[in-house]
Amino acid sequence: MKIIIIDDEPLARSIIKEYLQYHPDLELIAECNDGFEGVKAIQQMQPDLIFLDIQMPKINGFEMLELIEEPPAVIFTTAFDEYAIKAFESHAIDYLLKPFSRDRFDKAISKWIQMSKTISPKQHLTPLLESVSNSPAEQHRVVVKLAGKIRIIPVDEIHYLEAADDYVKIHTKDGSFLKNKTMGHFETVLNKTQFVRTHRSFMVNITEITRLDPYEKDNHLAILKSGGRVPVSKSGFVKLKSVLGL
Amino acid sequence: MSYGYSLNVSATDSLITNGLVMGACWIISNILRYYLPYSNRYWYVLVLSFSFSIAAIVLSKLLLNLVLIDPVYKDYILFLSNTYWLRVGVAFLLVACMAIICVLWYTQEEEQENRQRKNDAEKLSRDAELYKLRQQLQPHFLFNSLNSISALIGSDPSQARKMIHQLSDFLRTTLRKDEEQWVKMEEELESLELYLEIEKVRFGHRLSTSIIKNEECLQMLVPPMLLQPVVENAIKFGLYDTTEAVTIQISVIHENDSLKVTVRNPFDPETSSPRHGTGFGLNSVKRRLYLLFARTDLVETSAKDHVFTTTINIPKHENYNH
Repeated sequence: MKIIIIDDEPLARSIIKEYLQYHPDLELIAECNDGFEGVKAIQQMQPDLIFLDIQMPKINGFEMLELIEEPPAVIFTTAFDEYAIKAFESHAIDYLLKPFSRDRFDKAISKWIQMSKTISPKQHLTPLLESVSNSPAEQHRVVVKLAGKIRIIPVDEIHYLEAADDYVKIHTKDGSFLKNKTMGHFETVLNKTQFVRTHRSFMVNITEITRLDPYEKDNHLAILKSGGRVPVSKSGFVKLKSVLGL
Repeated sequence: MSYGYSLNVSATDSLITNGLVMGACWIISNILRYYLPYSNRYWYVLVLSFSFSIAAIVLSKLLLNLVLIDPVYKDYILFLSNTYWLRVGVAFLLVACMAIICVLWYTQEEEQENRQRKNDAEKLSRDAELYKLRQQLQPHFLFNSLNSISALIGSDPSQARKMIHQLSDFLRTTLRKDEEQWVKMEEELESLELYLEIEKVRFGHRLSTSIIKNEECLQMLVPPMLLQPVVENAIKFGLYDTTEAVTIQISVIHENDSLKVTVRNPFDPETSSPRHGTGFGLNSVKRRLYLLFARTDLVETSAKDHVFTTTINIPKHENYNH
């Protein structure tokens, strides 16, 4: 069994290493300082289990997991994060509160071994990630991956969102990025006074709109500062008007 | 002028009448002590004074009629009847004057009491708020430090012990209760250094610090634990928004009669600004300085070339001790 530890504090990693010594069947294959290293290591080494800290530089543990398509099993470690703990509890996911004892650590390991026989990590993690992406920290930015590079997009820089199969295409001044989420997800997460779902497949940042042109029968087109054109359906137009106060 | 009446009779009249008028004054002042009229009902007081004056004079006339029953005093009784309204008038002037003085006095007293109460309430809530602002020591910091100690116990027990001492010393300074009691900059810096030492153990080689302090500043007084959240903020910004090694620079200088503390940390403009704004820590410092000095211009921040700078100006304390 291959293990990776992802935590920005060296001593926090060392205590996990110490406790792992008592589990000779578990092999520590990598230690990572932050989420960027974590994504890389997970993709290259395909571990069976990771120990993941939540508060880390640049991107937090949850944001890191969102970037991985087939995540391994995760045991979260955190010192204090009320929001995350609530999420773990409501999704029955095991987590270790720092500082934790060896007994507690061993329990988490045996729970993981039990669990890994029945359901896949992805089944486990998807609802958790869905619920924590409403967290205050994540409402201000979206973390995406493009050609192996991780980008953090502040929501103010999003021009508009477009549905694309199982993904959402995020259009910004630096081009567009794909994120494996649904439009419905962004509708709940993003600020409703700034982003309006103007169409089944489109959501627009209203601060980017320069004008609204009639288009075909009952439809409109929102013309953006960037020159982008976003379809506005009949019902979308009603929503847009009410948000803009027209 | 004696009007030809004997001293004896005049004295009796004066004693009874004045006694009754004084009684009326006393009653009215007591009434007003407990039932102060609203400002639009002050005429009630005049009506009341008038009724009391009439009552006092009627009563005095009755009493005098009883006391001076001897026909010798017939003249005087006549004199009493003739001066009846004059007596009422004088009594009214006295009682009304008394009533007005009472109204003014009690109103002023009540206002003072209200003001005092309001001040007390404000001070209480301000103290509570200040206390809370100082107590916002991050539980995150505490538990992570304990976790580091737990790790060190296995690998480096003497370092673990050292860290326990540092953490205890630091916690003790944060528990200092008295907001009024300002501390020397020297002490404040010592506690900051303790905090930074602990963070250095946690973050290993990633974190380094440089502190520039002007000797003359060390004896100046500052509110306790004021700089702590600023440095905490700098560390959070620095360590959580970049992945490289981080140097936190702190400088303390004496400028224009105030103490100027500057904290610098590296940050990444691409990810920091939407995430933190000015940061919760800085808001609490701003709020605290406002509560202490009623000024909102004491905290300044600027971001340039990937360096975030926070400047705090602490006005000189009256008990500045050199």
